[in-house]
Formats: sequence, C-alpha cells, structure tokens
Amino acid sequence: MSTSTVKLLPRKGYKRPKVKRLNRSIQGTMVIFFILAILGSFMLLPIVYVIVTAFKPMNEIFIYPPKFWVQNPTIANFITLIEITQETWVPFERSLFNSIFVSVVGTILYIFIASMAAYPLAKKSSKFLRFYDQVLVLAILFRPEVTQTPLYIIMSKMHLINTYSSIMLPILAGSFGVFLMRQFMVTIPDEMLEAARVDGASEYKIFGSLVMPLVKPAWMTLTIFTFNSLWNTGDTQYIYDEGMKTLTSVLQSISSAGIARAGAGAAVALMLMIPPVIVFIISQSSVMETMSHSGLKG
Amino acid sequence: MNHSVTKTDAVTKKGKKKRNWSSKIPTIVFLTPFTILFVCFTILPILAAVGLSFTYFNMLEPPVFVGLDNYIRMFFDDDVFLISLRNTAIFAIITGPISYILSFMVAWLINEFRRSVRTVLTLIFYLPSLAGNVYFVWTYIFSGDSYGFMNSTLMRLGIITDPIMWLTDTKYMMGVVIVVILWLSMGTGFLSFVAGLQSMDRSLYEAAAVDGIKNRFAELYYVTLPQMVPQLLFGAVITISTSFAVGYECMNLTGFPSTDYGTHTLVLHILDFGGVRFEMGYACAIAVFLFTLMLLLWNVINKTLSKWL
Repeated sequence: MSTSTVKLLPRKGYKRPKVKRLNRSIQGTMVIFFILAILGSFMLLPIVYVIVTAFKPMNEIFIYPPKFWVQNPTIANFITLIEITQETWVPFERSLFNSIFVSVVGTILYIFIASMAAYPLAKKSSKFLRFYDQVLVLAILFRPEVTQTPLYIIMSKMHLINTYSSIMLPILAGSFGVFLMRQFMVTIPDEMLEAARVDGASEYKIFGSLVMPLVKPAWMTLTIFTFNSLWNTGDTQYIYDEGMKTLTSVLQSISSAGIARAGAGAAVALMLMIPPVIVFIISQSSVMETMSHSGLKG
Repeated sequence: MNHSVTKTDAVTKKGKKKRNWSSKIPTIVFLTPFTILFVCFTILPILAAVGLSFTYFNMLEPPVFVGLDNYIRMFFDDDVFLISLRNTAIFAIITGPISYILSFMVAWLINEFRRSVRTVLTLIFYLPSLAGNVYFVWTYIFSGDSYGFMNSTLMRLGIITDPIMWLTDTKYMMGVVIVVILWLSMGTGFLSFVAGLQSMDRSLYEAAAVDGIKNRFAELYYVTLPQMVPQLLFGAVITISTSFAVGYECMNLTGFPSTDYGTHTLVLHILDFGGVRFEMGYACAIAVFLFTLMLLLWNVINKTLSKWL
C-alpha cells in the first residue's frame, strides 16, 4: 500500500461498494473501549464529585474521613444560593436575562460574521488574503492580559462601557472562529464551487446554500465554543453596573467565599454547567451522520 | 443547482471564470463586518501593547519611551522572570504534546462509535473544559489536610502517615497542576478534531478498503491524517496558545504567588506586573516575548506538519 494509490482513489465512474464498517476487528474495538473507559473515568469522576457535593448537607462536607458519595442528599445548597441572590438588589432574573441575551445574540452574530469572513479567506487567493490569513493566526497567539488596557480605552472612547456590547465585542472580534471556519472551508473541493458558478449561482448563493451546509459540523462546533465562552464570561472590567452583570459573574462572587461554601460552590458550578451542556447536546445531535460531501469529491 | 457537472467541464470553465473574477465586491462584502471589529478590538489593542512594551507606563501618567530597557530588564534584572520562563517551558513541553496527541487519539477512537454513543463520549471528555471554573474541585481532592480526598485515601491504605501538602509543597505542586491541565486539555482542539472527522468524505474509506487498506492504523495514516491537515493545524495553534498560557490554573490551585514561585508562569508574571504593580510597559514586553516564542514554535510546527502530510 503506498500513498500514491490512495491519492488516485476517487476515480471517475468508479462504483463504490456498499460496505458499512471497514477494516474493523473485534479485538481492536475491545482495546479501544478499554482505553476510553480508563481515560473517561479520569475525566468524569471529578465532575461527578462536583455534582455529588452540590447535594451534600453541611455536616457531610466536613465529615472525616471524606466520603465520595452523598449519604443524605439535600437541595439545601441550592436554596441557600437562591436566598443569597434574593438579598442583592439586582434580581436573579435580571442577571439570568443578561447572560442569556449576551450568549445567544453573541453566538448567532459571531457564527454569521466569522463564516462570512472565512469564505473568501479559504477559497479566494490574493496576496492580501494570504497576509490576512497570517494575521488571523498571530492574533490567536497574542496574550489578552496586556491588550485589556488599550481595549478599555477604545471601549470607553466609544461609550461602550456598561453595555452588552462590551461583553460580546472581545469575542466577536476574535480571529479564532474565523480561522476555525476557514480551516474547514479549505477542504471543500474547488470543483464543486466552480460547478455552481457555471450554473450561474452568485457568490452569496454559493456561500449560503452550498458552503455553509457542507461545513455544518464546523459551525455547530463554533456555536458550542462561542456560547461557552460568552456564558462563562464572569467579571469583566468593562461592566461595573450591577444590573448589567452576567449570572456567571454574580454566582461566582457568591461561591468564591472559601471552603465553608464548598457546597454552594458546587451548586453554582452545577447550575452554570447546564446551559452549555444543553447547547452542546443540541448542536452535536443536529450534525448529521452523512454530513460529509460524500460522492461529490471526485 | 445541478451538481452533476463532470470534472472536465468544471476545469475547462475554470480558466474563463477566473478572468471574469474582476469584481471583488462579494469578497469585500464578506470580509467587511469582521474586519471592522477585528481591527478595532483586536489589532489596535495588540499594536498598542507592542508599542507600550518600549515604554514605562504606570497607567496613571502618560507612557515614557525607554527603548529596549524592558527587554534588558527581563533577562538581566528579574530572577522571577527566569523562573517563570522555566516553568512555562516545562508546562508547555509536557502538556502541549500530550494534550495534542491525546485529543486527536480520543477524537479518532470516539469516531468509531454510533452517533448517540459518540455524542455522550464527546460530552464526557469535553465536560471539564465546558464547565467554566469547575476545576476548583481539584483543590478539594488535593487539599493539604487529612480531609483532602487524596490524602485520606493514601493514609487509609497506609502509603503515607502524614498528609502531603500537595498544593504548597514545591515537590508536588508542579505535578498536581500538570494533572489538572491535562484534565482540562480536551477542549477546543479536541472538538474541532471530532468535527473534522465527522466531515470526512466517507467514500474515501470505502475506496481505500477496496484498494487494500488492511487495518485501522493504515487507514489512519494513509486516508484520515492527510485529509485532516487543516484541522490538525488549527489544533496546533490552539495547543500552542493554551499550553504557553498556563497560569490561571496555577493561580487558582496553588495560590498567587505560589510557594517559592514554584508554579509561577509567564502569564502570571504578566498579570503580576500589569494587574498588580501597574507596570504596564514591562508587562507588555513580557507578552511580546511570549508571543515571539509561540510564533517561532508555530512556524516550525506549521512547516513540519505541512511537509510531513
């Protein structure tokens, strides 16, 4: 078997046999399952511990020796949490709305903006676009810790402090998503786009009804990343109005009060985990098994 | 739209179409919204930071130009910088390659399963990165008293008699942080690998099987990897940027500053000068140095990956 044979593979007029699972031995599958089980439990156990701790009553958190599982599950931690949020002058619903608004609107906007920019970068060639490509990568590598001060000055000059935009803009202006989309769009064969152009489709039509459906796994993944980073945005220097703060920022300030709040901290973590998990499941299951541009590549 | 145009047709038309592509309007329309945001809120701040690296700037008075003083100070007048550089290098060399290979391996193994199983497995591996600051749970596990999970287990088994100060003893700190970072490492790169494998052209596998690919490793090497180059490069950028940016994890696990600067990294050093001491010029110089380091590595990896595959 040499590489050159494979490169010649998608021959024209070549009938593909219908084979479902190829080159798979049962022993190999067993080994895979074993590896995944070990790695998976390393990943999962701490999370399970967080969930279990969220339901532990105070006396079980301080028990010696510490027990993994909860003996008498209780929702006391969640009740305490809601009581604390009621005491603050900003209603719980307000910060929940802030978080949802910023995460949903920001994610939708970013998917649009990033995909649009990625298309010419992936599929057109000019000196300027190749230069743009390089700049995108460089921007991913630069540290945000030192750009925050200049960013603050720019934002305050534009009167964006204490607005939803100030939470969304640093993420919307990030090159990360554009680079991700670009890398996926590069794999679309040029012949397909040419064929559409020959048929008289405009660039906008090609982008909307050919390119975007083909890279659905990519933008579904980007949805997860963007929603996740917007949702997990805690305290930022751009927001000091309590009424504009996100739920994450409010809840984390409650739970960061040390070990005595271990239960509350776990409850916060658990509650904040739920929306990203829902978004993850929705986007992952809407990526179809047959999303590959099967058959169109030759 | 009719996709059944054969390859030969498309190729002959290609030349003609290329010449007609004089109108750049769609390209401009596609690029404009992002470019405006990118220039205002990403590029300008970066250029400002690079400029500030040649100044003394305490954020109250206007910056004063000092030439290369900040860069000279880094190497000749700041021992903690050298410690943080060493620690960053250790973290990057250990966690970078392991997390990159592990992410790809797990994504590849997961891809063997049906969609529903795959979604569950992907979620399990991605959960630590998805769930914000949930890694604080490791401070309970590695707590330095006998209430800590690790200590109480080891003491019950009779392996140790006194609790180990996992997070403050310089002998163990580094190891614990590395474990936590690896736990957090199945993030962006991993999910983009999963998505990349999902968008693979399945007909290539069928064709490869017909042409005599015997097992899954041969298939991985000859079919999957060459097809995945764009995603592998994306993963490499992400891995470089995260493995050199280790810092906040150390801060939340081992404190700030940590015992004897045992887990002090460049990012924490930037944070120390930029956010605590208000020496913005020096903080920017460290950031520019870190950026240059990552850039050099990226160039090497980019060249190697593109050539090898």
